[in-house]
Amino acid sequence: MKVSFHVNGEARALDLDPRVTLLDALRDHLELTGSKKGCDHGQCGACTVLVDGRRVNSCLSLAVMHEGSEITTIEGLGTPENLNPLQQEFVSCDGYQCGYCTPGQIMSATGMLAEAAEGAPSHVSDSLTGKAELSDAEIAERMSGNLCRCSAYPFIREAISRVAEAEEK
Amino acid sequence: MRPFDYLRANALDDAASKAGDGAQFIAGGTNLLDLMKLQVMTPETVIDINNIDGLDKIEPHEGGLKIGALVRNADLAADPQVRRAYPVLSRALLAGASGQIRNKATTGGNLLQRTRCPYFYDPAMACNKRDPGAGCAAKGGVSRMLAILGTSAACSAAHPSDMAVAMRALDAQVEIRGTDGATRTVAMDELYQLPGETPEIETSLKPGEIITAVILPAPQPNATQSYRKIRDRASYAFALVSVAAVVEMEGETIKQASLAFGGIGPRPWADAQVNAMLEGETPSEELFGKAADTLLAEAVTDEGNDFKREMTRRALVAVMREATGMAPASTGTDKVEALA
Repeated sequence: MKVSFHVNGEARALDLDPRVTLLDALRDHLELTGSKKGCDHGQCGACTVLVDGRRVNSCLSLAVMHEGSEITTIEGLGTPENLNPLQQEFVSCDGYQCGYCTPGQIMSATGMLAEAAEGAPSHVSDSLTGKAELSDAEIAERMSGNLCRCSAYPFIREAISRVAEAEEK
Repeated sequence: MRPFDYLRANALDDAASKAGDGAQFIAGGTNLLDLMKLQVMTPETVIDINNIDGLDKIEPHEGGLKIGALVRNADLAADPQVRRAYPVLSRALLAGASGQIRNKATTGGNLLQRTRCPYFYDPAMACNKRDPGAGCAAKGGVSRMLAILGTSAACSAAHPSDMAVAMRALDAQVEIRGTDGATRTVAMDELYQLPGETPEIETSLKPGEIITAVILPAPQPNATQSYRKIRDRASYAFALVSVAAVVEMEGETIKQASLAFGGIGPRPWADAQVNAMLEGETPSEELFGKAADTLLAEAVTDEGNDFKREMTRRALVAVMREATGMAPASTGTDKVEALA
């Protein structure tokens, strides 16, 4: 079945079995292996990408459901020579050990920061209508869809917090 | 995943006409695709309804709100009107799943998600819901996530939704488009069927019928709403027990109370008797304890989930203390404001 979408700004056309997930299309058909397959059931977040600017689990979506979508993967954020702010802060804060969850963490944090900037509350927000302050507890709650089995969580939260503060200024 | 035909529907008529035996509608897909990977569900046809116009709106409706079936959970939770006038619904949604899942999962799909009973999820285990007549491996098994009310000899599975628990407390109606094109609305207790001897039949939806919206009645100004969820980890886990409450006070008296519970029933659980015994009374721990006794009178537990009796009781008492003003409101308890 034919499907066309944009990945990191580039038009891509594929002819796929309908069973192919968006994650497998990216990794196996487009050779964009930054997005990782952890659990393949939406529990770990390693496969997180942005679809039309929103973070989703690419393992829980069929590629053929994305006709016309704008998809952003970790390869679309920065380059080794020119890291984007989140990538830079993950390096500075040592926000990983093995690194397997890192692309998903960074893509999820990208989506999460945009949600917070729009004023979206979280489960731990005292007020549903107030400004979303990204405290440590707020970041932990909003990032709960991303697991890190090396448990680098404090440094991951620190990296995200630094970017949130920089964006605030 | 087993092979299937993938079709796109561009209108409700189109979706209904494509739906035959062995067909499943797909919207967010966050539960369906998971189940298809495990071969717990093996549809022959998957009909993508995401391109149907008009189902992704939240609109004023008879003093309340009409929420389209394709409104994403994240958008519903963050909607300014919902946050003001139906805070219990925002709270319940935000207590469910993860940020990534909420961005995809839809209102209709959330209502129709399947149980997370571990025996339903494992095709190697006997399950009357997955394979009618096969038996129930959950009996005598690990029962921590199972229901304790409304169960049957055939099935003890719990409904996993948080959103639906808040909607039940709000007395939401579910709009369904029949295969003849006519629309009807049903209360949530009419949508969900109890398992009895046929746990494979979960709702009153007939093949080809589709949920088009959820209708919230006009908000009660001056009411307090609360959602409390107790689970095995701090975030991104299904409820052991959850409570949604909508309470309106008149002076020192409870004028109106509507409670619903998650994690303990095969559907978002509400008991009219419990609400009735609270209304017109002065709030007290004793009153709330009696309400819990009534709620749990028919509970069936085993040693693996007997703790849910005490947990439900404590959650009910804690939520009602806050909702009636006996205790200061903590995170999760909010005052209702009028729709803008």
